[in-house]
Amino acid sequence: MSTDTLEDQTLDAAWELSRSVALRPESFGALAYHFGNRRLIFLKRRELVEVVRGLGDAPDARTALRRAGVPAEQWASFAAALRGLADADVIRPRQPAAEQPAGEQGEPG
Amino acid sequence: MTLLTEPASTGLAATERAMPLVARFERGLAAPICLTWELTYACNLSCVHCLSASGRRDPRELSTEQCESIIDELQAMQVFYVNVGGGEPTVRPDFWHLLEYAVNHQVGVKFSTNGVRIDAARARYLASTDYVDVQVSLDGATAAVNDQVRGEGSYAMALRALDNLTTAGFRDAKISVVVTRHNVDQLDEFKRIADDHGATLRLTRLRPSGRGADVWDELHPTHDQQRDLYEWLVRAGEKVLTGDSFFHLAGFGEKLPGLNLCGAGRVVCLIDPVGDVYACPFTIHETFRAGNIVTDGGFAQVWRTSELFGRLREPQGGGACSACQHYDVCRGGCMAAKFFTGLPLDGPDPECVQGYGQAALADPQRTVPALSLDHSHRREPAGRREPVLLQLGTRPDAATPAAPAAPAAPPVSACAENPLAGFTPAR
Ligand code: SF4
Ligand code: SF4
Repeated sequence: MSTDTLEDQTLDAAWELSRSVALRPESFGALAYHFGNRRLIFLKRRELVEVVRGLGDAPDARTALRRAGVPAEQWASFAAALRGLADADVIRPRQPAAEQPAGEQGEPG
Repeated sequence: MTLLTEPASTGLAATERAMPLVARFERGLAAPICLTWELTYACNLSCVHCLSASGRRDPRELSTEQCESIIDELQAMQVFYVNVGGGEPTVRPDFWHLLEYAVNHQVGVKFSTNGVRIDAARARYLASTDYVDVQVSLDGATAAVNDQVRGEGSYAMALRALDNLTTAGFRDAKISVVVTRHNVDQLDEFKRIADDHGATLRLTRLRPSGRGADVWDELHPTHDQQRDLYEWLVRAGEKVLTGDSFFHLAGFGEKLPGLNLCGAGRVVCLIDPVGDVYACPFTIHETFRAGNIVTDGGFAQVWRTSELFGRLREPQGGGACSACQHYDVCRGGCMAAKFFTGLPLDGPDPECVQGYGQAALADPQRTVPALSLDHSHRREPAGRREPVLLQLGTRPDAATPAAPAAPAAPPVSACAENPLAGFTPAR
């Protein structure tokens, strides 16, 4: 699979913050904590944090990037970062339509 | 105190964007990522090296309500995880209540125990909860070696707790070992005990804190043992946790997984049973007391505004170490180890791989600071202060069978504890 394809797939997909993850703002960006696997992940740029927070309300990652004001020439590296976050289950692909029930308990703080 | 090297400068400027993560950590975070909370100084045991000199309950111990309000504050600060210890935390009558309270407030708990209260029923309860991790202390892979340090019957107690956890289906308990001159030859056996219980081995450094000051000279591993330990750790890789304890050994070769940073007051701190906040669990001394949660306006206030923490978050000079080729990875080692052996804080660690620590320890001017808090049992159980007489046969071919796989991403582990195994740096 070429990098381009993977990048496009990432950018075209709808994502959301994983329900087991909480973000704590830090001066450099944020610290993400996964309550399930007890991992800490550092988001080292504020723009990335803004993108991640915006994913749930955006039809796809491209839109979230545009809304966060990330210049298009940086989208490739942001797509790679998003893939890293997906691998760590910080973000998850969002289920289309038939959404999960709203009364979840996983989302902390 | 020689910590003050430059005027205070808090708040990060926009030009500091490219700063590496470790440098960010040196400046301190909005809240600790490695918070230890000792719930009580009371303990059923009297381990000779106890870092908090525990034994008797302090009459000023925080009440249940005060503990709950600390948990509320930790939740608000988004401290996702605390390492609960003591003393023996499970002897507090409200321990199980506080455990549940914390978990219900999105504060995950790992608690350290000598195993005294982990019976079959508790083990089943623990196996049924999420967000609770159990760490059982064991300082010898055999009863003879363990009980010499932790007291008669303590090996059987720890193993019974581990057996109960295994039987109950609790997964991935931690077995915490303080590495000493007498158990450093048993690392493979410790690993086997952990594997047999589906547990993870966690090794930590013996520091001369609390009662550890009394026994450090005779119990800390020799220079040759340090080298063997380092090599064992390199072979074990990430299968064995260290809480970043051994970064002072990095000069033996390449750096070990971890932050290689003294996190005290920056990403690490300790809340003690009376609400005092110290820079790290190994620095229970007036010099490193940042404030009190009850009298100084709460934990967040102390964390953010303590003058001591402000100084610890400024760039530290390397002093006598700055010329050393290993300074980048070793940073002069552990502040607590230096302080409690009476060495200058900006000089080499007492266990410096270059041997400078040994020279510094030989200085006749050196004075060791007195404990500012001691909760030891007044009538010490027989044998407590007796010298460690046991001599173990050495095993020349202590080969490690497991081939460590290369880690996909380095774990960042704050020094004293390790909530961060599996850390992935995201861009
Ligand atoms: S290096 Fe020593 S003083 Fe610093 S956080 Fe670790 S144990 Fe504490
Ligand atoms: S001289 Fe200092 S920096 Fe060098 S190895 Fe010794 S303690 Fe570490």
